[in-house]
Amino acid sequence: MPILSLVTFLPLVGVFGILALRLFARADDAKAVETSKWIALASTLATFAVALLLTFQFDPNNPGFQFVEDVPWFAGLHYRMGIDGISVLFVLLNTFLMPICIVASWRSIENRVHEYMAAFLLLEVLVTGVFCALDIVVFYVFFEFGLVPMFLIIGIWGGARRVYAAFKFFLYTLLGSVLMLAAILWMIGTTGTASIPELMTYQFSPEAQTWLWLAFFASFAVKMPMWPVHTWLPDAHVEAPTAGSVILAGILLKMGGYGFLRFSLPMFPNASDLFTPLVFALSVIAVIYTSLVAFRQTDVKKLIAYSSVAHMGLVTMGIFSGNATGEQGAIYQMLSHGVISGALFLCVGVIYDRMHTREIAFYGGLVNRMPWYAAVFMLFTMGNVGLPGTSGFVGEILSMTGTYQVSTWTAILAATGVILSAVYMLTLYRRVVFGTITNPKLETITDLDWREVAIFTPLIVATLYMGVQPNIVFDLTGASVDQLVRVYQAAIGG
Amino acid sequence: MLSANLALAVPEIILAVGALALLVIGAFAQKQTTLIGGASVVVLVAAAVAAATQPFGTAFGGGLISDAAATFAKVAIYLASAIAIPLAQPWFERRGMRTFELPVLILLAALGMGMMASAGDLISLYVGVELHSLALYIMAAMHRDNAKASEAGLKYFVLGALSSGLLLYGASLIYGFAGSTLFSEIAVAAGSEANTGLLFGLVFLICGLAFKVSAAPFHMWTPDVYEGAPTPVVAFFAAAPKLAAMILFARVLADGFAGAVDQWQQVLVAISLISVAVGAFAGLVQKNLKRLWAYSSIANIGYALLGLASGTSEGVQAMLVFMVLYMIDVTGFFACLAALSRQGRAMETIEDMAGLIKERPAIGFAMTIFSLSALGLPPFSGFFAKIFVFKAALDAGLWGVAVAGLVGSVVAAFYYLRLIKVMWFDGSQGATDKPPAEANAIALASAAFAFPVVIVALYWLNDAAATAAQALGLV
Repeated sequence: MPILSLVTFLPLVGVFGILALRLFARADDAKAVETSKWIALASTLATFAVALLLTFQFDPNNPGFQFVEDVPWFAGLHYRMGIDGISVLFVLLNTFLMPICIVASWRSIENRVHEYMAAFLLLEVLVTGVFCALDIVVFYVFFEFGLVPMFLIIGIWGGARRVYAAFKFFLYTLLGSVLMLAAILWMIGTTGTASIPELMTYQFSPEAQTWLWLAFFASFAVKMPMWPVHTWLPDAHVEAPTAGSVILAGILLKMGGYGFLRFSLPMFPNASDLFTPLVFALSVIAVIYTSLVAFRQTDVKKLIAYSSVAHMGLVTMGIFSGNATGEQGAIYQMLSHGVISGALFLCVGVIYDRMHTREIAFYGGLVNRMPWYAAVFMLFTMGNVGLPGTSGFVGEILSMTGTYQVSTWTAILAATGVILSAVYMLTLYRRVVFGTITNPKLETITDLDWREVAIFTPLIVATLYMGVQPNIVFDLTGASVDQLVRVYQAAIGG
Repeated sequence: MLSANLALAVPEIILAVGALALLVIGAFAQKQTTLIGGASVVVLVAAAVAAATQPFGTAFGGGLISDAAATFAKVAIYLASAIAIPLAQPWFERRGMRTFELPVLILLAALGMGMMASAGDLISLYVGVELHSLALYIMAAMHRDNAKASEAGLKYFVLGALSSGLLLYGASLIYGFAGSTLFSEIAVAAGSEANTGLLFGLVFLICGLAFKVSAAPFHMWTPDVYEGAPTPVVAFFAAAPKLAAMILFARVLADGFAGAVDQWQQVLVAISLISVAVGAFAGLVQKNLKRLWAYSSIANIGYALLGLASGTSEGVQAMLVFMVLYMIDVTGFFACLAALSRQGRAMETIEDMAGLIKERPAIGFAMTIFSLSALGLPPFSGFFAKIFVFKAALDAGLWGVAVAGLVGSVVAAFYYLRLIKVMWFDGSQGATDKPPAEANAIALASAAFAFPVVIVALYWLNDAAATAAQALGLV
């Protein structure tokens, strides 16, 4: 059974169901709206079940691609799917976060619910497709089409400056992507194949590698996002609805890191080696500069958005360290950040749904009225800071250790980012949660309801479990990462 | 001998006889417009079948070529023309113009376009170009109570006549220096490096053809004519004539000047880049959707010319796939516009589309698909069209041009996104009228083709285009 196609395209069933409802039900039919939410939830949960099954069936000792599907398409192109240790957990993460997003939007999205749910399901298809694609054209199709549902999600259900944010998001990412497209087409023309495994073994000349690397870098750096092309992210985050931010931070940003691991390192090892200092420099700037910027924010969401950029700096650093420790750390950091930043945006969503503002100054003393919320928020704040025992710690320490082995200064400078993240996150937490209530509007705020508890429970479990049992991840990623590093080191003669 | 010649011209004969017969019938039975329209569709489909099953060869002393390229283009052109009739005729009738001439003119235009696809020498080239142009001039001005339509027709005619002049001047120069009007003999005279006289003539010829495909800097007429002419007529002449002119372009260059690729390549690269830039930047400030799509078509023709500029068979193949997919997109888009009106007033500006997705979800969805497809976003047909063109350009070593073209598509993305933004994000401006069934059906069918049918259709289309491209003289 083509399980990868199944896990990728299963949410489409929900999309068709919801579109049928949209076309045949009256716009104000509350029952149809409710049904479409349930359809969305059911299809995301079913997809998650398939993804779990996939993860259990995955053979962790096999470093190559598994569950491979290959159907010839037209003009020599193929529909190829397959996953290895690097991609399998991203598929799981994506399918894990989606039902949470659907539940998180249950009450907060009131208009055009059908379209909203359909857009999220479509997004799930495309993101899973990105991680499963084994053909570079198929990859590009998923990668690029993902812009459309995200554009609609930001633009229709976003905040006040949503149109500006949606355009910025789309055009920034598109500009990066078309350069990658040029590189992809050139590679197909030169090698005669679009298969990712075959391209990984093809040896491009060092000069060609340089150009190709830069073209791919243009796309992935924007997606990541790396300093200085990160400016679309805070805008997009602030204006997106809560679930949109969760998906953006939790999943879409990971496509950039995944791209580096899947394309840049294995296909252009010499160029990656050549540009490592550049990546390190940009990463360090990202870590320190955006942490400082985060500290100055007055908007909770924007603060967390900048914190994401800083954390992604650690990821790029780990990836380009070129050793197994760094790569493992980077992957771990991405997965952990997917859970923690998603949870933080949900935490913001909780108070935003109640008060409809994200100004830090508006809040204060929430602990008096919302003790459970304060506890949950505290956990994820600590996770974001990288406290040992949470998943954030494992990723940070490994990517920095890996980097330390190749560039001491980079690691030392990046370590200041950990301190800075503690500064801005704890300040945020203190200002929002601690103290006494000074704003009378907050007197009546209510604590988490059962629906919100249901959202946070899996995220809390994941954060803590990954924090104390990192081996569940390393067992799956180990073989593929070792192979990646071995091939990379052999290519650069290290 | 004559019968052998005529056997290769069966589609042309069907169309010519059909057009003249229907003209006579129409003169006596003016009220029978539906019948004449239906008969015209039958004639066009019959011509398409005849073209598809025709033997290959050359006729009339080399003036008419029947090969895979001509077949490919003719089938596409005739079918596109056949779709134009049910789209345009009811539109005119709803405006009180029961004109039986319209289908006849479309038949004549199709005849001319078929001749362009089959042209083997400069004379049949010119006759084909003029025949189809004259029919189009009339159609542009056919909505004669409308001042803008008359203006569009006149502009189209004057500038079209100018381009014909350029074309003729170039043709006469080429004839003078090559000593023959046959492409095959021009190729011998041109050799691997055309002399200055031939080159001079070729450049004029290219300019004339660039007028017809509305490539910049010969694009000035396009926005005005698109804006003024009746929408369903634009749906017709934004599609099939472009393919006819592009196949003619390819044939002149491939059969007549295959050896001199390096010389004409520069000209095409320049025209292509200017078109992409003009289409992208000038489109940014447009408010009228028909004008916007005129600039979009200029940019898209730039991409098609990029395929041709590669100077390879792969490039021609990419260009043919591109043109067919683009034709379907553009027909569908103008069918959407033809389907939309609010209290009897046509909706033509971007603002008119505000909240369309709530008012008319199906048409709004279709327009979204056409916009994304024109933007070149996967998985819509425009993406597949573009990647083959760019791949051909990259394989031919034109990587700088390809990258510039791709960046141009990001600029153009802005106006496509703005249209989507208006349709999806903004509030509605009030109820729209019920769309006429035929425009609605054509719009939705085209959208379904743009995605997902294209995924399957490309198997066949790509192979057919490959066969067609191999029939032309490029390697």
